[in-house]
Amino acid sequence: MIAIKLAIRNLLGAGLRTWLSVIVLSITFILILLIHGFLEGWNRQAMHDMKEWEIGGGQYWHTEYDPHDPFTLEDSHRDIPSLFMGQANKGNYCPVLISQATIYPQGRMRSIIMKGIDPDQELLELPTSLLKGDFEEIPVIIGTAMARATKLAKGDITTLRWRDVNGTFDAAEIVVAGIFKTNVPTVDASQIWMSIVTMQELVSMNNEGTLIVISPEITNPHPVPGWEFKDTDSLLSAIISTIKTKTIGSSFIYIVFLALGLLAVFDTQVLSIFRRQKEIGTYVALGMTRKQVVGIFTVEGAMHSILAVLLGALWGIPLLAWLSKTGFGMPLSADEFGLAMAERIYPAYGIGLIMITLLLIVITTTIVSYLPSRRISKMNPTEAIRGKIQ
Amino acid sequence: MDNSKIINISGLVKQFPMGNNNFTALHNINLAFIKGEFCGVVGPSGSGKTTLLNIIGLLDNPTSGNADVLGHNANDLSVKEAAMIRRKHMGFIFQTFNLLPVYTVFENIEFPLLLLKMSKNERDKAVMDALEWVGLTDKVKSKPAQLSGGECQRVAIARAMVKRPDLVLADEPTANLDAEHSHNILQTMEKLNRELQTTFLFATHDEKVIQYLRRKITLDDGTVAGDITTSK
Repeated sequence: MIAIKLAIRNLLGAGLRTWLSVIVLSITFILILLIHGFLEGWNRQAMHDMKEWEIGGGQYWHTEYDPHDPFTLEDSHRDIPSLFMGQANKGNYCPVLISQATIYPQGRMRSIIMKGIDPDQELLELPTSLLKGDFEEIPVIIGTAMARATKLAKGDITTLRWRDVNGTFDAAEIVVAGIFKTNVPTVDASQIWMSIVTMQELVSMNNEGTLIVISPEITNPHPVPGWEFKDTDSLLSAIISTIKTKTIGSSFIYIVFLALGLLAVFDTQVLSIFRRQKEIGTYVALGMTRKQVVGIFTVEGAMHSILAVLLGALWGIPLLAWLSKTGFGMPLSADEFGLAMAERIYPAYGIGLIMITLLLIVITTTIVSYLPSRRISKMNPTEAIRGKIQ
Repeated sequence: MDNSKIINISGLVKQFPMGNNNFTALHNINLAFIKGEFCGVVGPSGSGKTTLLNIIGLLDNPTSGNADVLGHNANDLSVKEAAMIRRKHMGFIFQTFNLLPVYTVFENIEFPLLLLKMSKNERDKAVMDALEWVGLTDKVKSKPAQLSGGECQRVAIARAMVKRPDLVLADEPTANLDAEHSHNILQTMEKLNRELQTTFLFATHDEKVIQYLRRKITLDDGTVAGDITTSK
């Protein structure tokens, strides 16, 4: 208790030196919260959007299906089990058929993925009801990224060429029935969506699918022969690991700030011990043990972090609260970035993040304060009393 | 140990390493001090006064010989035990005052009582008593930088006396003071010595201090060259 009382008195008495270190540490504290909060907010939004637009409550994949290898599409289709068909109307399952194709917007050839989906599905946010209109050509919907890349607009007609299950090429006219805006590039980039029944007819894969999206309400999916169930965690693993990588990358920014803050504290401590030798000698003469004096200086240094947290709370809480309401406008859109990312990201700060950050600041500052303070225990008190530099 | 003797030094030698050799600061010192003495170790610079005071203050150890201080042999004490004895039974007054700059006068005087873990009420009363002894009740909230040299030394005396120690060690307490302030603080210390029976031991070569001493021990080149007691 004495060490804390004395440390507070000494710190406040040191004036500007204290506050410079405290300000740098408080900026570090808030910066860490902000960066992590931003990434956590992005993570949450990305996962939410991906569930809403693409993966639902999990997916059954054809055992051959590999989304990263388009050549697997040729073999990754089979009859949709009656279990999925029966439930489809209830909104629990949504089969998707996937195949390669080519379109010719403005006469340019472009390889795409065509996906068939039930126009009546309600599991995903995709506006598939637009596919139900009365069109002479095959109605498709595309995302804004695809529209921008192909320069296609709503109502435009272009040629679609595909190979059926036997490898035979065929072609037909498609019309863009709608353009949807999404934060999930994996349902947008180089893709067209059409009715699954239409697509099954085009590729001669009647009643076949490549994957089945299931409702989040199905908590215990059954194993189905020939289909491999992928839960949301495994389907989101790519984005989770990408954001984790970004978190590590972003950590460098605050590590630099933290290092600056700690350097300021270390410098203050070294300077204090150098300049306050007479004071150290006086403490010893008045009956403090050297260990206690080391304690005072260590607590004094560590108190920088406590003051930094208090100061950070003073200016940081309003800032963080405001940012969590207004969010960050992102300069890149999701399709340019290649990852699910909203136009505005709203930072999310958990109590765990705050506590871990607080502990990180306090522990590192205490260590940095203790290191130079150890020197006190080696000082000769009779020389320290006279202020002789040791 | 004789009950009235609070310090008993016998055959004390103190050497400091100097290059490959040792420098002997104190040669075979034999001295005893009784409770309530107002005495001083006098002599020119380098005669060993401060070294002797540091050993008596348990801030340094003898190279050989014995120094029994307040019933404890300095050679047998750990650093922590020595600190405890200083904390409870000793007060220090330094040439350069050694006040803690960020503390007020009140807090400086209160400091030794905080180490003794006294209650706030007890501390407040003791500090105010000490301030009255030295006549600084109007400077309670001042910081050392706002005081004159004489006032700083009076705060240092109050800090040394506030816990009513058995022994006060004063190393050149008037070296940084003018004549008027020197006499003023010496009168204060003499008064406290008489009223509280606290033993005062000075290290000084200042004639102004020497004239107040009732016992004068002269050190010359690390040896006791004289030990004169006068009746005042």
